[in-house]
Amino acid sequence: MITNPAGRITQGQFSFLPDLTDAEIALQVEYGLNKGYAWSVEYTDDPHPRNTYWEMFGMPMFDLRDAAGVMLELQNCRRTFPRHYIRLMAFDSTRGVESIAMSFMVNRPQHEPGFGLVRQESRGRSIRYTIHSYATDAPEGERDGD
Amino acid sequence: MAQAIEKSGQTAIKDAKKRYTAGVLKYRQMGYWDADYVPKDTDTICLFRITPQDGVDPVEAAAAVAGESSTATWTVVWTDRLTACDSYRAKAYQVEPVPGIAGQFFAWVAYDIILFEEGSIANMTASLIGNVFSFKPLKAVRLEDIRIPVAYVKTFKGPPTGLIVERERLDKFGRPLLGATTKPKLGLSGRNYGRVVYEGLKGGLDFMKDDENINSQPFMHWRDRFLYVMDAVNKASAATGEVKGSYLNVTAATVEDMYERAEFAKELGSVIVMVDLVVGWSTIQSMSNWARRNDMILHMHRAGHGTYTRQKNHGVSFRVIAKWLRLAGVDHLHAGTAVGKLEGDPMTVQGYYNVCRDSYTRRDLPRGLYFDQDWADLRKVMPVASGGIHAGQMHQLLDLFGDDVVLQFGGGTIGHPAGIQAGAVANRVALESMVKARNEGRDIRNEGPEILRRAAKFCSPLQQALDTWGEISFNYTSTDTSDYMVTESAI
Repeated sequence: MITNPAGRITQGQFSFLPDLTDAEIALQVEYGLNKGYAWSVEYTDDPHPRNTYWEMFGMPMFDLRDAAGVMLELQNCRRTFPRHYIRLMAFDSTRGVESIAMSFMVNRPQHEPGFGLVRQESRGRSIRYTIHSYATDAPEGERDGD
Repeated sequence: MAQAIEKSGQTAIKDAKKRYTAGVLKYRQMGYWDADYVPKDTDTICLFRITPQDGVDPVEAAAAVAGESSTATWTVVWTDRLTACDSYRAKAYQVEPVPGIAGQFFAWVAYDIILFEEGSIANMTASLIGNVFSFKPLKAVRLEDIRIPVAYVKTFKGPPTGLIVERERLDKFGRPLLGATTKPKLGLSGRNYGRVVYEGLKGGLDFMKDDENINSQPFMHWRDRFLYVMDAVNKASAATGEVKGSYLNVTAATVEDMYERAEFAKELGSVIVMVDLVVGWSTIQSMSNWARRNDMILHMHRAGHGTYTRQKNHGVSFRVIAKWLRLAGVDHLHAGTAVGKLEGDPMTVQGYYNVCRDSYTRRDLPRGLYFDQDWADLRKVMPVASGGIHAGQMHQLLDLFGDDVVLQFGGGTIGHPAGIQAGAVANRVALESMVKARNEGRDIRNEGPEILRRAAKFCSPLQQALDTWGEISFNYTSTDTSDYMVTESAI
């Protein structure tokens, strides 16, 4: 169990709020589409803070201008990976930005294993820190058994 | 008006023999005033606000500013004739009275690109704000704004990380970042200090921050601080699953000391180090190079800037300092809050933010921006709003500054009645609620207080924060506002 004030992993734009309803998610998607962003659905079973590359559930939807289409992809991803972390990411291709403009979680496992901090005593009083993702204690493919 | 001034004056002496006869000439006779001059794309252009001594003609004063900030000395020297001297003379080409303020004038001065060493703010500032600021015929002079030509911009490397890459490294997008300065500023031991950092970060802040005057005093030596802080940072990261950071201030007596401290911060795995503005331009550029080599975000605390940016008639506007710092290469820059405890008219402060974040800054007189500025793809600086702000102002802050800003609530986090974690939670919930509402199309400027009240229904720390600080505001008249002109200027 994660014991931080939010009681869960707090990555993304809205982790401190109650889970967004699908209607609320659609409003955020709409906002991004109006800005010209391309949405992408990504999932993982290892939300380590430096696990940059979650799996892509298909490619970013560059030509999709309708929030309903993005929501459909999200539903597909949730059906396929119901116990994974899923996030929506919006890409902005404007010169000088060319990066991610929005990112928030839209699915989590019921049980979030969280992380341990491994301290390796080093020279003098220095310590080398490793953040260990408990999810990875089980082999890939066997992590969502809860 | 400008034409009337010009007609009453004298112009450059073209006959070389007369021009270089030993003796004293007026600056405008020496060639520092040219009303017909059309600035080149490669010229640096400065806008000075000048207050000539009584009886000194404003055009002559403008010419003197051009002269004293480039090649002039008080008397004619024959050695000028060994050089292509006209290139080296800055040229005042326009003078206008400041609207509504008697005795003050705006003077436009152009500088050829040969005048400044490539990639050196120290060299550029030694000319532009050197001798000229002590020049007797002027009661006061202020550098209001500067247009730096693309050709010169490209000689600088700029921010080592930039706000786009910073977000990628931190994995934080689509919302302002949250921070807090560890308090009290002075007296905490390393161990106590790390406690504050841990509580703030675990509670939901992205960054904690050393204050500007935390270096290595008797109560806490720098190595001790770094060690405890990094334990707090890593522990909070594991507790939340987020990348966290704490600006480790590496400001020290010598540059060598600063390198040593920065190296230790790197060894411990910090994502960010910090320097104070008082370390000076060359040190800033050196630390920027160091940060570039070591994948480090460089935070700039503008300690001391008020001594020369605040008074309207004398000094250097912060918008100019911000431009120089973007060229010199910092990633974070304190740029004002508009609504907090420190000086800043909202429009003027937005002008500073534009300078930090624009790809191309447009001339915008109400925001104090007198020139178009092409940043030539130079990376962008993340502005930092810090000083007397709290969760109850979240709608105003988001409305004024948008997403690309670090909002720092020091007292507003650490002074929370239920503790530091609760303070951090209140700020994070207020922030996320406001971003969500704005994206949903709500009018946050007007509905902000209601949005916060509703969020406080599911978040008691936010309710406590609103109860404690909801009514606090700092409404004083700003000393530095834009005296913008309604007339079009030459550039």
